[in-house]
Amino acid sequence: MSFPWAQHYEPKAPLMRWIDSRLPLPRLVYNAVGAGYPVPRNINIWYNFGVLAGVALMVQIITGVILAMHYSAHVTTAFLSVEHIMRNVNYGWLLRYLHMNGASFFFIVVYIHIFRGLYYGSYKAPREVVWMLGVVILLLMMATAFMGYVLPWGQMSFWGAQVITSLFSAIPLVGEPIRVWLVGGFAPDNATITRFFSLHFLLPFVILGVVILKIWALHIPGSTNPTGIDVKGPQDTLPFHPYFTAKDFFGLCIYLLIFAAVVFFAPNAMGHPDNYIMANNLSTPAHIVPEWYFWPFYAILRAFTIDFLFIPAKLWGVIAMFASILLLFFLPWLDTSRVRSTSYRPMYRIWFWVLVLDIIVLAWCGGAPAEEPYVRISQIATMYYFAHFLIILPIVSAIEKPLPLPNSIAESVFRTKGADLPGAVPAGAAQPAE
Amino acid sequence: MVRLVGIAAGLLFCVVLLWAAVTPRDAVVPDPVKIYHLHPREVKLQQDGPFGTFDRAQLQRGFQVYKEVCSACHALSLISFRNLKALGFSDAEIDAIAAQYEVPSIDPSTGEPATRPGIPTDRFPSPFPNEIAARAANNNAYPPDLSLMVKARHDGQNYVYSLLTGYGKEPPKGFSVPDGLNYNPYFHSLNIAMAQPLVDDQVTYADGTPATVEQMAKDVATFLRWTAEPELEQRRRIGVGAIIYLLILSGLAYLAYRRVWAGVKH
Repeated sequence: MSFPWAQHYEPKAPLMRWIDSRLPLPRLVYNAVGAGYPVPRNINIWYNFGVLAGVALMVQIITGVILAMHYSAHVTTAFLSVEHIMRNVNYGWLLRYLHMNGASFFFIVVYIHIFRGLYYGSYKAPREVVWMLGVVILLLMMATAFMGYVLPWGQMSFWGAQVITSLFSAIPLVGEPIRVWLVGGFAPDNATITRFFSLHFLLPFVILGVVILKIWALHIPGSTNPTGIDVKGPQDTLPFHPYFTAKDFFGLCIYLLIFAAVVFFAPNAMGHPDNYIMANNLSTPAHIVPEWYFWPFYAILRAFTIDFLFIPAKLWGVIAMFASILLLFFLPWLDTSRVRSTSYRPMYRIWFWVLVLDIIVLAWCGGAPAEEPYVRISQIATMYYFAHFLIILPIVSAIEKPLPLPNSIAESVFRTKGADLPGAVPAGAAQPAE
Repeated sequence: MVRLVGIAAGLLFCVVLLWAAVTPRDAVVPDPVKIYHLHPREVKLQQDGPFGTFDRAQLQRGFQVYKEVCSACHALSLISFRNLKALGFSDAEIDAIAAQYEVPSIDPSTGEPATRPGIPTDRFPSPFPNEIAARAANNNAYPPDLSLMVKARHDGQNYVYSLLTGYGKEPPKGFSVPDGLNYNPYFHSLNIAMAQPLVDDQVTYADGTPATVEQMAKDVATFLRWTAEPELEQRRRIGVGAIIYLLILSGLAYLAYRRVWAGVKH
């Protein structure tokens, strides 16, 4: 399931030949992230973030499994066991700060990855399923991150759990029983912490499974590229290894540099101080805010302040918050433009950057207290968010006149670089198939 | 079909939001607490900055103030006596410090609750047996555990310093301080139950440092920075090594990337 000119795996070492003929795992790796996967030669640094997201997921799983060895999921001991990890476990502080900041970095990387997909039209045919699996991963990540934040059983853990689970009580008639069933009681308590711990341990492996499905689905049409045009021949691609392993490894080093700078020198910069206070169900924090990566969605939730059409404001907010993510599933059909890359869509390009700005504004409002002027600003910003995807995007796709596209990836590369060898490929890059 | 439903849903959301946005708001009464509340004052200490380390003498002075003043009401329940080694105390000194405390125990012959002198592996005993006792003794206020205080407040180190030196200011006109509370503009509600804890020369420092309120507040802020982040020095030391390692690795990775891509148009 690749381009006909993809290199084929030929084991050289006898051991690899022995394994490959019995279990073709080396072949699978070779075709997935090795020389057997031809990648458009012109993909830029923004295409690095898929690999980085995979690394971020593995960092979370490895640190998380070790943390779970020392953590105690009980209301009386959860907070203290985290402090035990911070103080008494060898390098426990490092594991915990890696895990805590790793979650934030996972979201940073995934959000950039999503914006890259939006800009270069990665959701369009034939990659709809790749995109939709990505949205599934985003939803699973959000659930996992939310439940993980509850586990230290600090003040924000407890009150965050209280606020988020109470969203389900907005469902008419059955909402409150559902909330009680999910929480395991009338308020977050021991039953909540144990089930959240269990699910927080499970879901990352579910994410890993969906990631594998996503890579599988991606390898059928192959990666997109900044021009958005299809790969037409061997001159358009380079094998993943060594070209993109080398490029991604450099990107990974820069990512780890930034990650290390935060973990070692500002480990609590992205956290909330209230979570260093043990959960107390009698003392509500002045402002309950979720982690920063939920701020845009929290702003959407709180933007709905009036009852309308017999639907209470709270239910509107909950519907809108879920809709804001679920609408991404329909993006491949909301955007009808045949041109993938926003670089060739002069009209949509403006709206795209307005959307980026809009989501930053939403994040800013979501982190602020629910008072004026933040509420009005978030109402206008939420309006734009929905209008962008549901109204502007279909209309712009219909009326826009895209810029002329290059004939091929190779042409765009060799023309801009002023090279004199169109169609040439480096030795070993494009050996003929078979 | 998807697009028609989408446009309809988008319009509906926009109408609801527009209605909500134009709905007049209730007049907001300005909250005096917000007006008079002050952000913590900046204090420069040796542990600041990415390479800062604790001043051991200052840590010991801060510990002395905690022991002689704060510990009357505030617990330090996450810290063991053995941890004090990081302050520069010797094993013998730690044994002696621990032995000054009576910790709850069980009489080995009768099984009755008893006490015994502390040993280095004991945690600092709390001044009150439980929250009810603490509130009963403190005009219904609960003195918080100080182990994590610096991480549990915005700008915690400056906050501790500012709060301790923030007493004695006149409350603004028209702002009444309830009985039993004290005005302190750095406290979130401005009215703090804790009376001014530090006065000049409240403790006598062994190293001869003048025990001004300013000095004691700095020492306590440093000590509580350590109780909240005992790993701080090790973390920064490893961090410098990790950054240097990653810088070299990035350089090599860049060279490898350039070499692999040499002559390849992309």
